[in-house]
Amino acid sequence: MSVVFKKPNAMSDVPMHYCPGCTHGIVHRLVAEVLDELGIEGQAVGVAPVGCAVFAYNYFECDMIEAAHGRAPAVATGVKRTHPDNVVFTYQGDGDLAAIGTAETVHVGARGENITIIFINNANYGMTGGQMAPTTMLGQVTTTSPYGRDKNIQGHPIHVCELMATLDGVAYAERVAVNDVKGVRATKKAIKKAFQAQIDKKGLSIVEILSTCPTNWGLSPVEALKFVEEKMKPVYPLGVYKDTTGY
Amino acid sequence: MAKVLMKGNEAIAEAAIKAGCLHYFGYPITPQTEIAEYMAKRMPKVGGLCLQAESEVSAINMIYGAAASGTRCMTSSSSPGISLKSEGISYIVGCDLPCVILNVQRGGPGLGGIQPSQADYYQATKALGHGDMHLFVLAPASVQEMAELTCEAFDIADMYRVPVLILADGALGQMMEPVDFDTIKKRDIPEKDWAACGHGGKRKKNILTSLFLNPEELENSVLARYEKYKKIDENEVRCEQFMTEDADIVVVAYGITSRICKSAVTAARAKGIKVGMLRPITLSPFPAKELKALSETASKFLTVELNMGQMITDVKLAIECSRPVEFLGRTGGSMMTVEDVLAKIEEMGGNK
Ligand SMILES: Cc1ncc(C[n+]2csc(CCOP(=O)(O)OP(=O)(O)O)c2C)c(N)n1
Ligand code: SF4
Repeated sequence: MSVVFKKPNAMSDVPMHYCPGCTHGIVHRLVAEVLDELGIEGQAVGVAPVGCAVFAYNYFECDMIEAAHGRAPAVATGVKRTHPDNVVFTYQGDGDLAAIGTAETVHVGARGENITIIFINNANYGMTGGQMAPTTMLGQVTTTSPYGRDKNIQGHPIHVCELMATLDGVAYAERVAVNDVKGVRATKKAIKKAFQAQIDKKGLSIVEILSTCPTNWGLSPVEALKFVEEKMKPVYPLGVYKDTTGY
Repeated sequence: MAKVLMKGNEAIAEAAIKAGCLHYFGYPITPQTEIAEYMAKRMPKVGGLCLQAESEVSAINMIYGAAASGTRCMTSSSSPGISLKSEGISYIVGCDLPCVILNVQRGGPGLGGIQPSQADYYQATKALGHGDMHLFVLAPASVQEMAELTCEAFDIADMYRVPVLILADGALGQMMEPVDFDTIKKRDIPEKDWAACGHGGKRKKNILTSLFLNPEELENSVLARYEKYKKIDENEVRCEQFMTEDADIVVVAYGITSRICKSAVTAARAKGIKVGMLRPITLSPFPAKELKALSETASKFLTVELNMGQMITDVKLAIECSRPVEFLGRTGGSMMTVEDVLAKIEEMGGNK
């Protein structure tokens, strides 16, 4: 019998801890498939965040480092600058990347570090139980914006791809979503392109992925997919925000 | 090579390069900015890299990444910057990563001043990061020692897989003295087979993490690290003793203040006072055994520090409070004089 669907080699054969209906797992799989297809698992060093993906180091078969909250881009810089032939990626949530780690994120962009950032935007802090994130949308209820995010109190959400696109060292910034099959395919394409850009030393590549958090959104997995479509996409339009790769 | 005249800060930078540290990450802060500037000039010429980070937080996390991938690396800063690094240092400890961190101390708290200080003693030896942990802390007292201890710091870091902190101060950093780099010894270093630098399909993946949600696992990882600390305690404690054999009063001082104390001890001896000095070279682990031994014969101790009295706690603990321990200190950037120390020694009396 021919195998039509199997676990990517770069993915570890262990159960994941993610909640049912969470799309973190889909993105993990896509990254692993890309590591396989580009044949770079052996060169790859992944940097896990603090957030729901903290255990990403258990799920990828490449060498992994667990960074402090928000510091993954700086850790990745340390690896890449001392091992330019490694393929280095970070996997970060929105609190990690756009709140506590904003400076690190902006500066790897400005320096054009040859690393790849896989950025999960789920509009809240998943791991700590659904608090407001820098990407929480106006009006969105979280445990720390219980009356809905009010621009006069909690300020406005940050649009990461738009922000990163302003930085000269960023080679590639695209926002995708994994709430349907088409989106999953587009996400894989974007992740592959991002890694290719790194291999070709083009500069920083970042893929922002609109992702679900059914647990903290208080929605069923199916409703959560719909939330991405109806609530998140209008605020965070999909698309390529920067591309100097020439591919 | 003949002796060369160098500033303390430059000697540290050059010694690091000579020790094979080709990666430096830092952020400017007085009084140690010469190190970054020296590195920025020299590194490209030796095939290395000096990268100015966006903050001390980033610099220490670049060190975390570089060290995790098996590279000899170093960062330097001064007091406020070291506070910012403390989270990263704790993660580095939690992953058992070797690296060298330099604190050229200035006065505090807060923005404090930029004059010499030893006010970060507690921070360096007790709590430079959250959690059950220690750093290995070296305290040079001359430009030559700044060079030698820097080189050794890298070897010790690699041997035991620990971060090493060099605790200096603005006076040592700015002081110019002759240095001989040829005296520096090298140790045998184990292979870094734990590093995350790509498994190349040749081994299982390496994971570097300090996260252990299972209390037993976390306890075991900390216990294993404390076993290592025990070995360091047995093998690496270092101090200099000056005229202590028959000393009735023992002055304890490290770094820049030990130089003042040495002159004061010499002057007091000329007056017939039986006084000596113990200078810790390693502050953590502390030369407790050596002090305890001195407490068998000495009747009084005096610690001299550029702070409000921090190392004095370790001296009292070392001698189990079996003798009175007095204190002489200045804080905020002013320095005590040889006369100040001599007057204190005379005031304490002591058998002639
Ligand atoms: C210095 C520090 N501050 C706060 C925390 C607590 N903390 C852990 S995860 C997290 C937020 C994670 O949210 P996000 O980055 O959006 O990732 P997600 O869990 O949603 O995937 C916070 C605040 C921490 N671990 N370290
Ligand atoms: S809390 Fe949210 S982001 Fe975290 S695993 Fe559960 S669903 Fe996913």
